[in-house]
Parts: sequence; C-alpha cells; structure tokens
Amino acid sequence: MTDPTGLLGLLLEPLQFDFMVRALLATVVAAVVCALLSCWLVLIGWSLMGDAVSHAVLPGVVLAYIVGAPFAVGALVFGFLAVALIGVVRDTSRVKEDAAIGIVFTTLFSLGLVLVSVTPSQTDLSHIVFGNVLGIGTGDLLQIVLLGGVAAAVLLVKRRDLTLFAFDPTHAHAIGLSPRVLGAVLLGVLALTSVVALQTVGVILVVAMLIIPGATAYLLTDRFTSMLVIAPSIAAVSAVVGIYASYFLDVAPGGMVVLAQGGVFAMVFLASPRHGVLVAAIRRRSRRRAAGRTAVSP
Amino acid sequence: MTTHTERARTAGSTALDLRGVTVRYGDVVALDGVDLAIAPGRICGLVGMNGSGKSTLVKTVMGLVTPDEGTVSVGALTPTAALTPTAALTPTAARKRGLVGYVPQNEDIDGAFPVSVADVVMMGRYGRMGFTRRPRPADHAAVAEALERVELTDLARRQIGSLSGGQRKRAFVARGIAQGADILLLDEPFAGVDKRSEATISRLLRELADDGRTVVVSTHDLRALPALCDEAVLLLRRVLAHGDPLDVLRPERLAAAFGLDVLAEGDRDD
Repeated sequence: MTDPTGLLGLLLEPLQFDFMVRALLATVVAAVVCALLSCWLVLIGWSLMGDAVSHAVLPGVVLAYIVGAPFAVGALVFGFLAVALIGVVRDTSRVKEDAAIGIVFTTLFSLGLVLVSVTPSQTDLSHIVFGNVLGIGTGDLLQIVLLGGVAAAVLLVKRRDLTLFAFDPTHAHAIGLSPRVLGAVLLGVLALTSVVALQTVGVILVVAMLIIPGATAYLLTDRFTSMLVIAPSIAAVSAVVGIYASYFLDVAPGGMVVLAQGGVFAMVFLASPRHGVLVAAIRRRSRRRAAGRTAVSP
Repeated sequence: MTTHTERARTAGSTALDLRGVTVRYGDVVALDGVDLAIAPGRICGLVGMNGSGKSTLVKTVMGLVTPDEGTVSVGALTPTAALTPTAALTPTAARKRGLVGYVPQNEDIDGAFPVSVADVVMMGRYGRMGFTRRPRPADHAAVAEALERVELTDLARRQIGSLSGGQRKRAFVARGIAQGADILLLDEPFAGVDKRSEATISRLLRELADDGRTVVVSTHDLRALPALCDEAVLLLRRVLAHGDPLDVLRPERLAAAFGLDVLAEGDRDD
C-alpha cells in the first residue's frame, strides 16, 4: 500500500475488502474444478449433459436447504435423477436425446425455482440464477473449497480411467473396468461441481465454465495431460481478471468471469498454433502459393 | 458341416466355445442357437451380412451381452501352453483377467482425441495396474515391446489420429498385445486400410497366432479371408458353415447367407 497510485496499489485495492478476497478465492476454486471436469465433458460430447445436470441440481439444493441436509447430498440425488429421467424419456419414447435432455432439465430447474419462491429464506432468486459471489460468507467459502477439493481429487486420482472411458469404453469393459461406474463417477463429480459453481456464477453461467476452458485447451494441445494443466490455468486467470474487472467497472462479476473465458476462447480459436482457424487459413494459402509455383515451373 | 468345431472339442482345447447361444433384443433374435468352437492358435474369419449377428457374437464373447440361452466359455488349456493356461472361463471372468483383447473399427474411435500412440497401448495395461493406474517399469517395458512388435516404435509419441488407417489398426493390436490377451477380436480390420498395411497386419496376425493366440476377424471383406484365415464361419443368426475358408466361401453358400445371387456372381468373376 506504499504506492496507492501504482499498478500494485491498484491490484491490492479490492483486497482491502474481505468480501472481495472471499469472492476471488471462491471463483478461482470453482473455475478450476469446472475447468478440470470440462476436459472430459468436451471430449465425451457431454457438454449438453453438463448443462442439464448443473440446472437439475437446483431443486435438490433447495430441498436440502429446507430439511437442513448438506447441499451436496441434494445435488447428487437430483443430478442422478435427471440423468435417469433423461434415459427413461429417450429410451421408452420416440423423443430423441437432445429433446429429452431439454425437457427434463428445464422441468427440474423450474421445480427448483418454484421451491425457492415458496421457501421462506433470505436467499434472493436472482442470486441462485446469476450467482452472488460478492455475498459469499466464510461458511460458504469453506463449503466451496471442501466440495471443490473432493471433486478435483476424484478427477485427478481417477484421471486415467476417466480418459479411457472417454476414449474407448468398449476396451474399458474388455479389461474388466465398468464403463457404467466410470460414467456415474463423472456425473457425480458434475453434480458436486454444480453446487460449487452455483454460488459463484449462478446456474445459468455454470455451463459456460463447464465447457469453455476444456474446449479452449483442446484447441491448444494434442496431449490430454496438457489439457489438464492448460484448462484450469485459463479458468483461474479468467476468474481473477473477471472479478477485478467487475470491481473496477462495477459490472456483474459472474458475467465478467465468463466473458473473460469466452474472450480467451475467441483468441485461441483464431490464433492457436495447432488448430486455430486463422493459422490454418494462412497455412492453406502458403501451400496454394507453393503449389502454384511448382505448377508453372517447367 | 461344423467339423472344425467338433475337431477343436475332440482335441480338448478350445480358445472359444459357444454352445447353443441365443441372444434376443426384445422380439428380434440376433443369435439363434449358435454352436461354435475355435481352437487356440487359429485365425478365424467371421463372415455375414449386416444384421447377421457378427457384432452380437463379438459382444457376447466380450461379456457385453449376456446370452438368453446357452453358454460361452473363454480360454482352455492350450496344447502349446505358450500363453496363459487357464480353465474355461465365463466371459466376465475372462475379462477380469484381460484375456480378450478388442481392436475397434477405425470409425468407432475419435481420431482427434488428445492421446498418443503410446498412451493408447498403455491403456492395455490398466487392468493390471493399481487404483490410480500409475504405470510401473514393467508396464513401460510391455508397451515398448508391443510397439516394437507392430513396428510403431518411431511413432509412439504421435497423436493417434495423425496415423494412417493401417498404422492405427496396428496401434490397437499393440494394445491387445500389451494387455496380454489370448484372444484378439478384430472388427473390420481392413476397412480404410491400404494394401501395404493390409499385408503388414495380416503378417502380424499370423505371428500372433503362431504364438498360440487366437484371432477372430469379423469382416465383410471376403477377398482377404482365404489368405488370412485358417478357418471361416458363415453366420446368419446361426452358423451356416464353419470350415476351410475356400470351402465356406463357395458362391452358393454365400448366396444363401447374403440372400443375393448378384453378390455370388460378382464374387465368381474375380
């Protein structure tokens, strides 16, 4: 604080407020856990499933609040319930999977909204929908760190099995692993992670944090291990940038964090050395030129 | 008709033994009383049109599908005792021991998936590893050996999708070798594979069979069968014929199996 006008002073200014410190910590933890999970979701093609489960946990969380049970338990129950219902609708009617997902998760989410509206509490509906990162208390932060830690630990310890499940579930079965169990592990972690992220960026933007970092990392590397480093790094930086930006510009923090992630994705999408569209276009053009030269040379 | 099945059973050594296997999906009968035994160290071609039950049979051997009737036994004492000498096991017990390796069709694999060739082969070892699947030196050695066997050592670090169709096939065969599988199931191994790779893969499968491994090749590609296989099975929900490939693939038999005279004539022209 010696030089309040310098860059360091600027960076330290928001940290004078405890609520800003808590907001930063909570957002970084949630973003990192979501980013880890997003690496698998993007590769399996479960982005829509991530969307569904993160919304469907809402009634579970509200019911847990009403009966005084841990939020995570309610979220897990409704996360799996959503997946089961999606399976039932898809398999026993002529409705296709995307429609089944759309029907089940919006209905469960609406049930959550109705429950919130009739539950006497301090919680504002908009806080659940859009997150309330600046209002996070010490207890909330503790829960976020704890659940986030569990989710990250499960993902990292079982990362090889989960990657095999994503890559070739038939082989996983052939060597005695259970693809069904591995899929359930991933969905369980998804439900836990949704609870973590719900309080920071809110239900609607959770899905962004569950897709964008993994997709960004996927455009940058051909090694899964590298994805597991790149995705959380991008997410953590975006979280810090987003929270600071929201402080100085006085805008919604959840939205700002996701905007930062989206911005990074856009840059990578255009300019990734491996899979960027601009780079590919330049490469195509220089190839065409080289081909043209060979064509005219005798 | 099923002389090869009888021969294998009489010799008392069957790598695969299906007795009266019936599989139904709802009202649809996919396999209808399939009786089939394959001796160890043989390359067996599984031929039939789409919907003939080829993939159901493969899934049954892998334990992905449980038969409604009949029994499936995997592995038996091999006469050469070159590989794991085991009593006949159910598919579930066999897969716990990693006895059955599976080489998928190229199109069933996401070529853009961020894994290297060595990563894929290492996945063959997961069944033998601890809770976190952290590879030990023995696992690395097995992967290196399997890669050498299929001549992909130089490409070990490459991303799996950057390989040609034939190289990719060899990578998955290497996974089966690293797994220590006694039985290797291949689904359309020559689809999307150039002639040279086809020859390399055929030679490799022959070497594996000479070691005492059993190779089951499920395919539409009738041309490649006589050169590759020791025996062939013509499948149409049940076993229509099982014997020497040239005998099994006679035009009149194929006409019956595929229900198409045109195909039989086309085949005769070659």
